[in-house]
Amino acid sequence: MTNDERLLEVEGLKQHFRVSSGFTVKAVNGVSFHIRRGETFGLVGESGSGKTTIGRTIIRLYTPTEGHVRFEGTDISGALSHQALSQLRTKMQMIFQDPMACLNPRKKVIDIVAQGLDIHRLYRSRQERREKVYEMLETVGLSEEHANRYPHQFSGGQRQRIGIARALIMQPSLVIADEPITALDVSIQAQVVNLLKSIQETTGIAYLFIAHDLSMVHYISDRIGVLHRGYLVETGTSQEIFSNPIHPYTRSLLSAIPHPNPILEKKRKSIPYDPAVLGIEYDRGALRHLEGEHFVLSTEEEFTAWT
Amino acid sequence: MKRELILRIRDLYISFRTAAGTVNSIRGVNLDLYRGETIAIVGESGSGKSVTMKATMGILSSNGKVNDGVIEFYSKDNENAVTYRILEMSKREIRREISGKRIAMVFQDPMTSLNPTMSIGTQLMEGMRHHDKLSRAEAWKKAVSLLKMVEIPEPEKRMRSYPHQLSGGMRQRVNIAIALSCDPEILICDEPTTALDVTIQAKILELIQNIQKERNLSVIYITHDLGVVSKIADYVSVMYAGKIVEQGTVNEIFYDPRHPYTWGLLSSIPDVTSDQKLFTIPGSPPNLLHPVKGDAFAPRNIYAIGMDYLEEPPMFKITKTHYAATWLLDKRAPKVHMPTSLRARIDKMLREEGTAYDE
Repeated sequence: MTNDERLLEVEGLKQHFRVSSGFTVKAVNGVSFHIRRGETFGLVGESGSGKTTIGRTIIRLYTPTEGHVRFEGTDISGALSHQALSQLRTKMQMIFQDPMACLNPRKKVIDIVAQGLDIHRLYRSRQERREKVYEMLETVGLSEEHANRYPHQFSGGQRQRIGIARALIMQPSLVIADEPITALDVSIQAQVVNLLKSIQETTGIAYLFIAHDLSMVHYISDRIGVLHRGYLVETGTSQEIFSNPIHPYTRSLLSAIPHPNPILEKKRKSIPYDPAVLGIEYDRGALRHLEGEHFVLSTEEEFTAWT
Repeated sequence: MKRELILRIRDLYISFRTAAGTVNSIRGVNLDLYRGETIAIVGESGSGKSVTMKATMGILSSNGKVNDGVIEFYSKDNENAVTYRILEMSKREIRREISGKRIAMVFQDPMTSLNPTMSIGTQLMEGMRHHDKLSRAEAWKKAVSLLKMVEIPEPEKRMRSYPHQLSGGMRQRVNIAIALSCDPEILICDEPTTALDVTIQAKILELIQNIQKERNLSVIYITHDLGVVSKIADYVSVMYAGKIVEQGTVNEIFYDPRHPYTWGLLSSIPDVTSDQKLFTIPGSPPNLLHPVKGDAFAPRNIYAIGMDYLEEPPMFKITKTHYAATWLLDKRAPKVHMPTSLRARIDKMLREEGTAYDE
């Protein structure tokens, strides 16, 4: 369902947090990427690389320090008009990491899922509200009778489904999924990922999928962006990143994934990465085009050395 | 070389009293660990992996009760063989002889398992001063060398640091150093890398492997990440609903799995080279509050046969090291093969360079 229309464009995004007068955390340092309608963009990187910050800035939980974010043609990085805010709050939704913490324990599932509808008054009668919730629960693999229960009565995987239902009931065009499967068991992870994929096939929504589990990201994403210390060091299609990683950080990251092949795995060693040792300064580099959709952050000399 | 048994668990049954009733978490676990080898225990949360290991360390929570079973630990103290029957020992004896001294544990969350009000050095030396009765100076020297061994830069300086001044990976290294401070014979790692990034995970795993080789440590590794298992384990035990459903060498489990649950686990790992829909195990694990009739996995098992709902399957022997508890291995059962997608994936792995394995 992917077409060329850019749903989200992020340009030179910077997000700095001032901790004290002499100390500012530069969480994101000029990141640019775009997401097309109906595609999944995976954002990977270690903790502290700024991937969650980017997600939260895009949905405007933070106000960006610098740079632009355009969503469905509207600039959402500056002061928001009432109309832009309302569009942003319905058309962009978020799924959180911890299914235990992101649901209000004192509300019933029906009220949790319908909260967005309540706020934006998107139904005419109680009946319609109820029907919309039931339909949504059905979509995410739960059933009507779950609607009147409380979050503690569900397992982790089911709670994550409730979180997904809450996001999707607004019929968003972009869902930011911030490590949605990290807290789940292996067998349940696959269920949730399959669910996200099948929903995408039927509704054509786009995902910004934030994770550090590379094998899952590879599986779900059309394109991937690799983050390190607030810089996007490499981006390309899943295929390009996994079969032809260029940046030393990407290579190190890929080498660290353990493979389920014991004989091979026992002999393999991961590649260490330290930008200081390699003499890489992200500030001096720029995103250079390799082929197709494959870009890598580098200076002229680095680019020729790596390729 | 003859393998030397170090830990033997037989017919372990553990239950917990909770507000909702009695939960039978462990329902007959058997496990053997040999000196210098690594066993990985794989399973979902609630399958009882951690509970088994806590019983071994004698640190079961107060509402837990061991109903039956034997845990024997064959220790070697300066070549004097001593056998400890852990379940028959008092809490005090376990404190004095076992936990932290001969069997040590590295916990899952590096953020919460260190004391934030004590310096790294004090926490490192605590065990040595208590168990080995070392003097302050001796303990300090040993602590610095331990920090060096776990590859922490500037160990002298770090001795005076506090946990909040270190990153997650560094804290986990400190935890490993603490666990090794009294030269234990068994190291239990309870998901030590789940909270860490892949790059740091790889480093920690390699570190544990190196230390194990150096000291001939026996390691029990609890995890749900099969990639990690393939990297570190010699033997694998797959746990489901308080029982071990399949055990074997790491190669047997990965290249010749027999239990449908193991098939499911292996199939649900995303394959980096194909775009097929991910295989999922339908449903969720059983609630052990209620008694289990037949095979606990049967309701989620698409290969379940009538027998599975009536009686619990015994462990069927496949090879000298490979066992699985599923009625499919019974002589009378219909011939069932693993899912074709999994077969294809294993065949592909076997063709990969450097992989030679005879069934």
